[in-house]
Amino acid sequence: MDIALARGDFLALLGPSGCGKSTLLRMIAGLIPPTAGEIAFPADPEARRSIGFVFQEPTLMPWATALRNAALPLELAGTPRREAEARAAEMLARMGLKGFEHAYPRALSGGMKMRVSIARALVTRPRLLLMDEPFAALDEITRFRLNQDLLALWQDERFTVVFVTHSVFESVFLAERILVMAPRPGRVARELRVPPEDRAAEAEFRTSARYAAHCREVSHALAAAMEAA
Amino acid sequence: MTGAARWLRWLAPGVLGLLALTAWEVAVRVNEVPPFILPGPVLVAQTLVADWNSLSVSLLITLQITFAALAVAASLGLLLAILFTQSRVIEMSLFPYAVVLQVTPIVAIAPLIIIWVDDVRAALLICAWIVAFFPILSNTTVGLNSTDPNLRDLFRLYGASRWQVLWRLQLPSAMPYFLAGLRISGGLALIGAIVAEFVAGTGGAASGLAYRILESGYQLQIPRMFAALVLVSGTGIVIFMALSLLSHLLLRRWHDSAGAGEGR
Repeated sequence: MDIALARGDFLALLGPSGCGKSTLLRMIAGLIPPTAGEIAFPADPEARRSIGFVFQEPTLMPWATALRNAALPLELAGTPRREAEARAAEMLARMGLKGFEHAYPRALSGGMKMRVSIARALVTRPRLLLMDEPFAALDEITRFRLNQDLLALWQDERFTVVFVTHSVFESVFLAERILVMAPRPGRVARELRVPPEDRAAEAEFRTSARYAAHCREVSHALAAAMEAA
Repeated sequence: MTGAARWLRWLAPGVLGLLALTAWEVAVRVNEVPPFILPGPVLVAQTLVADWNSLSVSLLITLQITFAALAVAASLGLLLAILFTQSRVIEMSLFPYAVVLQVTPIVAIAPLIIIWVDDVRAALLICAWIVAFFPILSNTTVGLNSTDPNLRDLFRLYGASRWQVLWRLQLPSAMPYFLAGLRISGGLALIGAIVAEFVAGTGGAASGLAYRILESGYQLQIPRMFAALVLVSGTGIVIFMALSLLSHLLLRRWHDSAGAGEGR
């Protein structure tokens, strides 16, 4: 497979389990080395390090408050604690968690934990945000709200996102580019686009006819990819 | 937990204990059992008060040995566990010997240690340490190795140093395990100290509670023997409760085990 990412892209990797979506994401993050081929970053040495990662589970440190959890990437990079916490507090507020800075993870709901996790990934202002089925374990109402908030954040900040999901609806709602992947061997079967005009045109994109049309198209592409496998 | 259930938690064992003690006292009096066979609880309590001067000195000695052994076991166990997680080779070469130390009955090696180490008190400390050491080592090693793999990846992603991983990830993860080990070792340190003193026998210069028990046995001072025994058990209970409380205070804000209160 050959995937080119441009700055500001919102790319969804959609496919059944076992097609290597998460593996690809971990390779981009540098957590596992590719067995063949390469992952090229812009020549700027900062680019490779400017990555945020959101796991399928919130993956918070249970012994630390929301604030300390969100401040972790900065503190690991040696940012003074006071500054790290100030920036983390700002990011938590942007994720709608003002007032919960000093709560421990076990006191937070699943959706709130995921918000802390996203705040932690964004606290370093990364250029690239990698998300591995981040909302898969949440209930639908919470998932819709997080989808919306993530989209709003991305529209403001325009970082690049690679979003792994197995939900057709989620991929159409969030992404401008959808890569439909097929298993055995893992590969990209098709790329589809959701033009930004479609999303901007309708206030209620999720209930619009265009949204339904995109979902139908993506579903067909996914079914075709599965059949070919 | 409701207030009534909380009270019941203390009340139920308290009432049971009181009933048992009363039955014991009544049985001793009705059957006129001589005190050198079985003293009643009242006589034991009286002896405890009457002999408090000599008994308290012994209690203090036993406490010193127990806590010194526990402190050494805790710090050495923690250090060695950290060393194990830093190097597989060190773990593989040392862990079997830690197991050997654990499975060899302390009564069997205590005489050797008492022969080898001139200072009786130091010998007792070593024995108590051997018994108390292993639960802390093995628990902490498990704790250090059972960090969330995703959190490990996260630390790697942000280029965390070994030191940062240890300090910010592994040690906090291992904390509940370490404290559980400490609670087990607290009781074991006391047992180790008592057993070693039994082996050292009456010749021991350090006269802890075990020495009092032996001495009272030889002199048929059975009520005093019981009084010393009460002190040993009481010490064990207090150590366990104190360590449970410590664990509760350290973990209550974040760990699930601390939610249900102490005594587990």
